[in-house]
Amino acid sequence: MAGEHPMTLSDAPQGVPERPPGAAFRGPETASRSLQERLAGHFFRLCAALAALAAAAVAVTLASETALFFAQVSPVRFFTELAWTPVAEEPRFGVLPLLAATAQITAGAAVVAFPLGLLTAIYLEYYSDPRADGILSAALVVLAAIPTVVYGYVALDFVTPALRNIWPSIEAYNGISACLVVGIMILPTVALLSRSALKAVPPSLVDAGLALGASPGRILVRGILPAASRGIAAALALAVARAAGETMIVTLAAGNQARLTWSPLEGLRTLTAYIAQASMGDAPAGTLEYRALFAVATVLFAFTFAVHALGGWLAGGRARQGSVRQ
Amino acid sequence: MSAPGSGPGPSPRPSPADAPRDAPPARAPVFSLGDLSVHFGGRPALSGVSLDIPRGRIVALIGPSGCGKTTLLRALNRMNELIPGARTTGSVRFDGAELYRPETDPVEVRRRVGMVFQEAALFPGSVFDNVAFGPRASGFRGDLHALAEEVLTAAGMWADLGQDPDVPAASLSAGQRQRVCIARALAVRPQVLLLDEPTSALDATATARIESLVHSLLPRLTVVLATNDLRLAARSSSVTAYVDRGELVEYGPTETLFTNPSDERTESYLTGRVR
Repeated sequence: MAGEHPMTLSDAPQGVPERPPGAAFRGPETASRSLQERLAGHFFRLCAALAALAAAAVAVTLASETALFFAQVSPVRFFTELAWTPVAEEPRFGVLPLLAATAQITAGAAVVAFPLGLLTAIYLEYYSDPRADGILSAALVVLAAIPTVVYGYVALDFVTPALRNIWPSIEAYNGISACLVVGIMILPTVALLSRSALKAVPPSLVDAGLALGASPGRILVRGILPAASRGIAAALALAVARAAGETMIVTLAAGNQARLTWSPLEGLRTLTAYIAQASMGDAPAGTLEYRALFAVATVLFAFTFAVHALGGWLAGGRARQGSVRQ
Repeated sequence: MSAPGSGPGPSPRPSPADAPRDAPPARAPVFSLGDLSVHFGGRPALSGVSLDIPRGRIVALIGPSGCGKTTLLRALNRMNELIPGARTTGSVRFDGAELYRPETDPVEVRRRVGMVFQEAALFPGSVFDNVAFGPRASGFRGDLHALAEEVLTAAGMWADLGQDPDVPAASLSAGQRQRVCIARALAVRPQVLLLDEPTSALDATATARIESLVHSLLPRLTVVLATNDLRLAARSSSVTAYVDRGELVEYGPTETLFTNPSDERTESYLTGRVR
C-alpha cells in the first residue's frame, strides 16, 4: 500500500460517524419528546411487527401440522416413495412425483425465460433507441400485469392446441405448455432485473473497453456480463422462485395427475397444483390427507424460500463484486 | 501546423512553445486541431477550437465543470461519436493525418490514443485480466505476462502487488485501481494518453503517486490531462488550455497562464471569482 490510504465512500477515515439507516428519530433526546411523538413511534412499531407476526404464524402452522403428519407417515417414506395417492384405499405419500413435476416445470420455464430475458435486457440497455426501449419496456410491464389465470387459459386453449400440430399425441394437460407459458410469465422478471444489473455496471467500464480498442461484443462478453453476473443470477433466482410457487398456470396447463414422468407431453401434478386441489375442501381438518397438505406446503416453502434467499443474497452482494468501482 | 487558424477562437492561434525550442525542429505536434466543433443533439458542446498539442509533454485542460474539457479530450480519440446525436466538424490531425476521415478506423485510433477515466472502473477478475484486456482484444501474440510486468512496473503497481498480477482487482484501493487503469491503457502501447480527471476521487497521496507516474511516462508519451485540480494542472503540465462554455479561451505555457493570464475570464476562473 506504500502509505497510500484506500479511500472509499463507505469508509471515511475520520469525522462524524455515519448515522445507521433507520436511526433518524431514535436519538437520546427521546425523553424530551412529547407523549404524542412517543405513541406514534410505538404505533409504527406495531404496524411493522404485523408482518413478522404473520410470517411467524404461517411458519408455526406449517410446522405443527407437518409434525403431526410425520408422526403418522415416516419422512423416509415421504421422500422415497414414488406414488402420491393420499385418498386411495392404501394411501401412499411419496412427494417425489410432485417435487419432480415442480422441478421440471420450473427448470423448463427457466430455460425459456433466461436466454430470452437476458438477451432482451442486453438489447434494451445497449442496443435499443429510446423509441424501441419505450415500447418494449411497456410491453414487459403489460406481460407482468397479466393475471396468471389468463396465462393458464392461454396455455390450455391456445398453446397446447398449437403444440398438437407438432406432437399429435400430446395430452390435453401437459408439462411443456406449462413450461412455455410460465417461462413467458417470468420473462419480465428476468428481463427487468437483469437490466438493472446491467445498469449497475459503470458506463466508464464500457468506455474503458472501447478506449482499449475492444469490440462491443468482447466488452459485453468479457467485461459487462461478468461484472453483472451476480445481479443476473439474482434475477434468475427470483424468477425461478416465482415459477416454483406458480399455481394457476400449472394447474390449468399441466393438470393434476400425480405421476412420475419425464415426458413433457404428459400431464403432471406440481406441489402447488396438489395444494390448490386438496385445499378446495375435500380434505376434512384433522385427517391424514389434510395434514399431507401441510407437509407438501412445507416442502414448497422450503424450496421457494431457499431460491429466494439465494436471489436476495446474490442481489445484495452485487455492490461488493463485479465491476470494481470506487 | 497546417491547420487553419480560422476559428473564432479568442486568442491568436497559440503555438505553445513554453519549452525553449530545444527539441529538434522536426518535432511536429501530435495533434493539430483546426476549428473543431462538437454538437450533441444540435447543442454545441465545443465551438471552434484550434490548437496544437506538443509531443512528449503534459497538456492540461482546465475549466469549470461542463465547459467542454471532456468533450475536447474525447474528440482526440473519437469517443464522442459513441454518444447518440454527436456531430463533430472541423479538423483533428493526428501525426499529420486527419482523424475524422471516413476511412480512418476509430478502433485503431483508440489503440494509439489511450484513455483513462475519472471513475477507475476495472473489469472483474484479476489485475492481470485487466491489463491483458486490451492486448487480447487486438490479438496480441507475444508474452502477456512480460507485458503485464512491464506496464504494471511503469504504473508503479508491480511492487504494490507483491509482483503477483493475479491479485483480484476488487482488493485494491482507489489510487491503486487508477494506476491499474493507467497500466491497462499502457498495455496497448498508445502514443498518447488522455486522462479525464484521473485524480478527482483520490486523496493527496494517491494523487501525488499518479502525478509522478504520469511524469515518468514522458517523453515517450504525450499526455493530455483534463482536471479540476488547478494545483495538479499547474504543477504537472507544461502547457495549459483554459476552456469555458465550449470555447478555448486561452492556451499557452502553464506558467504564463497561471501567473499572468491574458484573458479576464481565465483570471476570474483561476482566482475563483464568480462572474
